Amino acid sequence: MKQTVNKEPSLANKAASGIFVAVVLIGFLWFSVSSIGLELDFSTLYQYRQRLWEGFLMTVIISVASLFVSLVIGSLTAMGQNSRILIISYFCRAYVQIIRGTPLLVQIYFFYYIIGTAWGVDNRYVAGVVILSIFEGAYISEIIRGGLASIDRQQYEVAKSIGLTPVKTLQLVTIPILMARILPALAGQFASIIKDSSLLSVIAVIELTQTVQEISADNFRMFENYLFVGALYFILTFGVSLLSGVLERRYNHEYRVNQYL
Amino acid sequence: MNIELINICKTFQDELVLQDVCGSFDIHSIAVIGPSGGGKSTLLRIIGGLLTPDSGNLKIDGEIIGFSNKYLHSYRRNIGFVFQSKGLFEHLTALENIMLPLVHAFGMGKSQALEISSKLFERFGLTDEKSKYPFQLSGGQQQRIAIARAVAVKPKLLLLDEPTSALDPEYTAEVLNMLGELQNEGLKTIIVTHEMGFAKNACEEVVFLANKQIIESGNSSRIFKNPQTEELQNFLNKILEWKV
Repeated sequence: MKQTVNKEPSLANKAASGIFVAVVLIGFLWFSVSSIGLELDFSTLYQYRQRLWEGFLMTVIISVASLFVSLVIGSLTAMGQNSRILIISYFCRAYVQIIRGTPLLVQIYFFYYIIGTAWGVDNRYVAGVVILSIFEGAYISEIIRGGLASIDRQQYEVAKSIGLTPVKTLQLVTIPILMARILPALAGQFASIIKDSSLLSVIAVIELTQTVQEISADNFRMFENYLFVGALYFILTFGVSLLSGVLERRYNHEYRVNQYL
Repeated sequence: MNIELINICKTFQDELVLQDVCGSFDIHSIAVIGPSGGGKSTLLRIIGGLLTPDSGNLKIDGEIIGFSNKYLHSYRRNIGFVFQSKGLFEHLTALENIMLPLVHAFGMGKSQALEISSKLFERFGLTDEKSKYPFQLSGGQQQRIAIARAVAVKPKLLLLDEPTSALDPEYTAEVLNMLGELQNEGLKTIIVTHEMGFAKNACEEVVFLANKQIIESGNSSRIFKNPQTEELQNFLNKILEWKV
């Protein structure tokens, strides 16, 4: 009988597999680029470094600001969806359905040119953060709602029986359990925020994508420009993914256990 | 300690669970027995202040229990409650589980809470389990820790809702031994149970609840030896049929 042993793969195995995957990916890219006779020269981007840096920073600022605002929107609407007051519940559900059911591009145009104009919002950066937050908030709302629904009702009954107040229950029971469960999904959503912020270029928010469009109009080196900016986005999202791994382990009580077992 | 139930009714989504439940008991140790779905857990939750009856009154030592949030909040702190299973906070270690009510519901200092908790772990032979999470503990250990948490705050009354129903016989014995020990020390308990041996031998009084009402109650050895009502006779015949 074949034995199945559940052990970690060896370091050599890991390294060899990693190198193999890297070689295949780079080889595929190199083959594709060379087969159409494209010669990439990234040195022309050097002179735009200041603008690229500013665009990069703007993307980070917009993404972080949107993360906070969308978390607030998401938390409130997640609780609102379960509200016993029907008007609140319907309002929150309609919000989630409509936002998740329409493209971000359409929402950006709609909110900026119609709603924004009607209400006199003319700062495109503020508008950009708000629009992005409204969009991402709907997804975060569903993540939180799912997380809340997954918590065993009995945990609340236990909290009640030992005499915790509702506020203490939220602070000591609901939030710690919820965070451990939804952190991976929230991190994924934050990576989406970073990528989705590129669409704000359509209302001329000068973030990374808008910057690279302007540069392209200047140096006509579309391939280099977009490949480079793609790499910058990847650095950001990969950073988020690493950070979420760390946070996840800190919040995950099951991991804390392995430290002394 | 005296407990008086006056016409207690409770309905869940149009389904009547308790109908005009009446009775007066001097609590030392009471076992509540009866068929599943008879309203035992509901009655226990009402006594524990976790559920509000639709109508009727509950008196403890002659004092009417007001079912307002504020009243219940302080009332619950004097009553320990042990659930059938999953009664520990899943995100906290055994030690944190016991300390949490002491610190956050009773406002005790951390060092004092730690001292009280450590003593309990030692006393019940659970010291090795202190820093484990509920999912790493056996069902029996979880229940013993849940009981330890409930008694840590020195409650006036301990309520247990089928604390051994989810356990195998070995763990059941472990939990019941601990409970018997606490009862002998004078802890007042009401236990909903299917362990007839425990109800008969460790509890002074037995209440038989079926069909939404208390059908019969009295001294435990009398109840098992000489059941008066037909319902209780049928119930006991049925459950004792396969007894060793």
